[in-house]
Amino acid sequence: MKILVAVKRVVDYNVKVRLKPDGSDVDIAGAKMGINPFDENAIEEALRLKERGHVSEVVAVTLGMAACQDVLRHALAMGADRAILVETDVLLQPLGIARLLKAVVEREQPDLIILGKQAIDDDAGQTGQMLAALLGVGQGTFISAVDVHEGEVHVTREVDGGTETLALRLPAVVTADLRLNEPRYVKLPNLMMAKKKPIQTYQAVDFGIDASPHLKQLTVANPPTRKPGIKLDSVQELVEKLRTEKKVIG
Amino acid sequence: MSVLILAEHDGHTLKQATYRAVTAAQHWQLPVHVLVAGHTTAAIAQEAAAIQGVAQVIQVDAAVLAHPLAEDIADLLVRAGGDHTVILAAHTAFGKNVLPRVAALLDVAMLSDVVTIVGPKTYVRPIYAGSIYATVESIDALQVLTIRASSFAAASVSPGNAAPIVMMDVSTTTAHVRWLGQVHNVSERPELASARVVVSGGRSLGSAEKFQVVLAPLAEKLDAALGATRAAVDAGFAPNDIQVGQTGTVVAPELYIAVGISGAVQHTAGMKDSKVIVAINHDADAAIFQVSDYYLVADLFETVPALTEALG
Repeated sequence: MKILVAVKRVVDYNVKVRLKPDGSDVDIAGAKMGINPFDENAIEEALRLKERGHVSEVVAVTLGMAACQDVLRHALAMGADRAILVETDVLLQPLGIARLLKAVVEREQPDLIILGKQAIDDDAGQTGQMLAALLGVGQGTFISAVDVHEGEVHVTREVDGGTETLALRLPAVVTADLRLNEPRYVKLPNLMMAKKKPIQTYQAVDFGIDASPHLKQLTVANPPTRKPGIKLDSVQELVEKLRTEKKVIG
Repeated sequence: MSVLILAEHDGHTLKQATYRAVTAAQHWQLPVHVLVAGHTTAAIAQEAAAIQGVAQVIQVDAAVLAHPLAEDIADLLVRAGGDHTVILAAHTAFGKNVLPRVAALLDVAMLSDVVTIVGPKTYVRPIYAGSIYATVESIDALQVLTIRASSFAAASVSPGNAAPIVMMDVSTTTAHVRWLGQVHNVSERPELASARVVVSGGRSLGSAEKFQVVLAPLAEKLDAALGATRAAVDAGFAPNDIQVGQTGTVVAPELYIAVGISGAVQHTAGMKDSKVIVAINHDADAAIFQVSDYYLVADLFETVPALTEALG
């Protein structure tokens, strides 16, 4: 079985993202970049399935500028066998990404495609479901467990109020929740070795696919803020405020 | 020209998020249709038909939909969506699973977690874990979006309103996916997403046992839902489905009590629209105090039982 893992390069989760002075976009010039955390869970799971003997090859793929190679190197250092960069300068949004990934899937013919459940920059959470739709295959979103069976995978999904278990006939698309696993740390020697692993580059334009954006960002702003809180000295004072001032308790 | 809402229900009644989606749908000033799909849905369809502002209910009733799969629900929406200019659902685990699939099948972009509908194709939605709000315009003729339920008031029930209910059948069902089972986290507490009061705990609780021992009595006294931070969930103190935050459930109750929570953006993005926020933390510099109405700098293991006691 072969697994394709799609990863995204995003602003590191520790960075406090700022706005450009004109409010047209976020200012991420020079910000520390890294792999999307949920995508790390996706790679980790692919590697664990390989270590359990279910998988012969783990291929990582990303889309974007040449700089996106660094997240592929990260995937390779974790243990992916090889990597693919679909290079483009076009602003990519989930539908365009899903269309380009479909072209990669058609070339690579993986049995299972794993993505993170959402990227921590645009917080859209759409690409996996869109890819499954375009491929006409089953989807398992927000998964916290996966088991390989004959011709299918069984996945546990995190849903409101509990979990749900589905059997997905392969090929299938699944998206990783944080609870799926604890990603391994990348050791320096592995990072060095990853530099020797192959990254295959395609030019997105050569796919002949329309991946142009359908959404136009008009402005960005800080969300409405609350007034800083009032410090109280006792539980009695708190109960009094909630009861008589705010009237939120009986 | 109409708005189609994907209703969410538990097999018996509509989820409150659907009432909120009906309110959001009024922004287009078009007839609002509601798709109710499931097994034995007659009563749920009637409930939807009585919501103020609903013009039509599309009822789909089939045993195979007792445990609805994204593949089948997406196909129903695509078939029902012919004349609709908007397809809308709440940004819940159910809506998040289905709507991107619908958008891709219809070859349009999707807007996730919309907090404000500015114009017929313009929306405000959070990015970067809710630390930034982006105003975004779509170029598509058909709009597909999920709305943040807590940002919209629930539509009211109008006993006089009885929108026509039309039946739609299931043509084919997916051969790619089989439903195997589900596990419900048993809780006597109200549902997190719609509770009037939420009591949430962070990693300072120290263990799963203390999480329950300290917070459950307070939650019980206030008839509150229990919530948790991602850190508390990751530490194994609480189940994932009660995680409050950008990657968990977004809540906006009347009263939110944050216990031992530092106030990471990831968490505050999921609760800062609550009407009244109370924070209890021993760290005088905790960021949670910046988004709270009232706070106590105190040891939670003494303060929470004292608060429970003081509520009588």
